[in-house]
Order: sequence, then structure tokens, then C-alpha cells
Amino acid sequence: MRSWLENYLVPLLTVAAFVLIWQVAARRYPPEQFPAPSDVVLAIKELSDNGVLWTNIGISLARFAAAYLMAVVAGIPLGLFLGRFTRCHRAIDPLIQVLRPISPIAWFPLAVLWFGIGNAPAVFIIFLASFYPVLLTTISSVRGVPPVYLKVSTNFGAGAFLTFVRVIVPAAFPGIMVGLHIAVGTGWIHLVAGEMLGAQSGLGFMIVDARNFLRTDQVMAGMLLVGLLGLAIYKAMKTFEKAIGRRWGVAA
Amino acid sequence: MSETPVSKIQLRNVEKRFRSARGDQQIALSRLDLDIKAGEFVCLVGPSGCGKTTLINLMAGFEKPTSGSVLIDGEPVTAPNPDHIMIFQDYGLYPWRTVLGNVLFGLQARGVPAAQAREKALAALEMVGLSQSIDKHPHELSGGMKQRASIARALAVEPSVLFMDEPFAALDAFTRLHLQDELLRIWTETKPTVVFVTHDLDEAIALGQRVVLMAPQPGRIQKILEVKLPHPRERTEQEFATFRKRLFTEFHLVHQQAAAVEYQI
Repeated sequence: MRSWLENYLVPLLTVAAFVLIWQVAARRYPPEQFPAPSDVVLAIKELSDNGVLWTNIGISLARFAAAYLMAVVAGIPLGLFLGRFTRCHRAIDPLIQVLRPISPIAWFPLAVLWFGIGNAPAVFIIFLASFYPVLLTTISSVRGVPPVYLKVSTNFGAGAFLTFVRVIVPAAFPGIMVGLHIAVGTGWIHLVAGEMLGAQSGLGFMIVDARNFLRTDQVMAGMLLVGLLGLAIYKAMKTFEKAIGRRWGVAA
Repeated sequence: MSETPVSKIQLRNVEKRFRSARGDQQIALSRLDLDIKAGEFVCLVGPSGCGKTTLINLMAGFEKPTSGSVLIDGEPVTAPNPDHIMIFQDYGLYPWRTVLGNVLFGLQARGVPAAQAREKALAALEMVGLSQSIDKHPHELSGGMKQRASIARALAVEPSVLFMDEPFAALDAFTRLHLQDELLRIWTETKPTVVFVTHDLDEAIALGQRVVLMAPQPGRIQKILEVKLPHPRERTEQEFATFRKRLFTEFHLVHQQAAAVEYQI
């Protein structure tokens, strides 16, 4: 009873209170400047009815999935390699450390120049935003594999390949999962930025487009949907993680 | 060949130096000789800093001596060997594998066919009394059960030498006593050579046929005590107490020396 209260009822009340305060506050301003939640709900309905919303959500999710998968496919193997081969890591680490603090958005002018307007610049920016967390956590997970695991493996005469596949990769896996998780967050955040700057479709574009027509209610509708979808992806990721964790024998 | 063919493990003039963080040389082990016979159970005891862990790591091939020679079966030790298995205080079990999976690891590393590996793993688990827990993951086991699993993993590959680096130090007193008895039973049944590092003098006397007392600064052998008591030993008997007293007296001496060195500087 108590857990139900804490898990669902209290958060629900918080949200309700937030919406209420928003509604009351919005009355003091013209709707073009600060739309009320009711306006936003109507805007979502309008966008949903004319199909714009679903098309854009589909496009955004597809771009996000493509960019995220590319980041994972590139980041994990590279991270495993650099984590395992300390010398290569030492050689390449300064380069990573210089490139990493550059906001993916700063790449935008070049991205448009190289890839033109369309899917590619947005995908590129989401890719950059997801790639570094995946890469860096993979490297540190491999380097953080407890030495005793490797000692045991060497002691039993396991070769380099067996040690890598059967010891290092599984031992690093929980850490890599953390990176995948962080990358979902950073990637999704940059989705809007990427689509605002270089795309003609998607949720980010929808927000910019609404702004151009001074449809503040639709701007907020877009923002809200970005948040809700982010939450949904996060939850899906958590569920996936728990299932994997159980299989991996680590307490979930 | 070696001059004493009965020696399973032979250390001659073994020295190990480390460079400390400040850059000065530290002698972890100084010119040490030791012979261990095949099938013998030897305990290494001593205060911290006496080099007992360094010594076992040298024998197991995880470290190399700065000078001198470490031979097992007359061959110089250059790397860890699947015939000489080390058992660690923190078990070194793989959390993503079940108990059975962990025991199978050593056999898989050796390329033992699956059916045969399973048979050997189950036999080893039976020997340590873990037959009921083969499908559990390490996080579901108590410390004592984890150490049983890691002993089973070692036994499965039938090593001729077991190196044990304070294997029971993290366990509660009751579990520790119980596992000591279990280890002796297993040793009597399979007769590997056992080198057992501990800082617990009672544990050393309960287990070892010989107890090697080490002293620090520099790490060296202070005294080798032969414990001529049959296994299993009754810890409350008079003779046990006699050996215990002798070892404690020697240990006290080591402490006084160490303290004297420390205060002179």
C-alpha cells in the first residue's frame, strides 16, 4: 500500500499540481506568449488529427534509432579495442579528449556543408552525441575489469581470444550498459537540436515550424512530446537492462 | 637436474626488489631458499610486509624474481601454469557465470570436451559439497560457499600444486574452521602440494605439515617449524598447544625485531 502510494500517487499529485499552477499562471499572459496546458492539449489533438504529429514522431524515432545504433556499433568495438590495448589508447586519448568537449551542435555548419539538408546532418549530430558516452564508458569498463578475473583466466591457461570473449567482454558488460544508457539521454537531447538546424521534418523541425507561425501552443506540444518520448525510451531501456542483468547474474 | 629430486618446488637465492612510488628500492624478499616436497602442505605465515604474498606470487608465476631461481618439477617458473592453480582471498569467481559455469571455465580453457568437462566439474563440486548449488550465481552464495566454488574450479583441472593466498581470511570464524577441515579432507583425498599463505597462526598450525614463519624488512624466512601431528588435528589437545606456543614465541620475536628496526631509523 505504501509503495503504491509512493510510486504512483505522490508523483501523480506532483504532476497535477504542476499542471494546475501552469494553468493558473498562463491566464495572466496572452496565449501566444505563454499557452496554458489546455491549449497545449488542444494543439496536440490538432497535430495528431491532421497526421503531422505521427509522421514527425516516426521520422524522429527512425533518425534517433539509426544514429544511436551507428554510435553503438562503432563505439563498443572501438572501446573494447582501446580498452584492451593500453598503448593505442594512450596514443589516441588526447585526440578524444579534444574532440569530446566540442558540442555536437558546433558540428552543425560542417554537417550541413558535407551532407546537405535532410536526414544526414541530424543523424550525424545524434551520432556524435551518443558516440562519446558509449566509447568512453566501454574503454573505462574494459580497463576496470578486476585484475583477479584476468589472473584466474591466465592461470587456467585461457588464450587471449578466450579471455577477451569469455572474461573481458562479460566483465565489462554492466559498465557498457551504463554507457548505452547515458548515450540514449544525450542522443535524444540532441535530436531536437539536430532537427531544428538542418532538417525539414521530425519533432525538432515541427517545433521550429510552429515558432515561424507563432504557434506557441504547438511549440510546447512538441516540447512535451519530446519529453514524454524520452521518458518512454528511458523506461524501455531500464526494462531491457533488468532482463540482461538477471541473465548476467548481477543483482538487478 | 636438481640436486634434490624429491623437491616439488625449489627456491634458490630468490630475491625480489620493488621500486617504491618515491623511487627508492625496496627489498620485498631477500636471498631466500626453500624446498617443498611433492604432496606436502606448507603454510607461510608472518606479519604484513614480510613478503609472504610476494613469495606465493613468485611460485605461482604471477611475478618474476629479481634474482635467484624458482623451480617447480625442476623447471623454472616463467608464467602461471594450469597445473599450479592459485586460490585468491576474494575468490575470483565470474559473477555472470553460475557455479557450474565457473568450475567449467578452467576445463574449457584447456579444451576439455563438453561432456567430459561437465562430468569433472560435477565431481569437483561434489567434493566441495556444492552439488546443491550448481545453478546459482556467485552473488547468491555466502563467502564460504564462494570459496568452495573457487576450490572446486581449481580441483576440476586436477592441479599438482594449489597455491592459496589467505583463502579464508575474509570468512567468519566458524566457516573458517569448517573450511580448514574440509580442505584437509580434500588434500588427503587428492594429495596435491599445497602452499597456503595466512596471517593466522592457529590456522597455520592446524593445517601445515610445515609452517614457514617469515619476517619483514627485508622479507625473509625466520624459522621453519615442523608440525609433527597427524591430520585431522584436535585443536584443543596438549600437543597442539605446544606447537602453538612455540610458533607464538617465534612470532613475538619477529615482532620485536621489526619494532626495533623501525625505531632505530
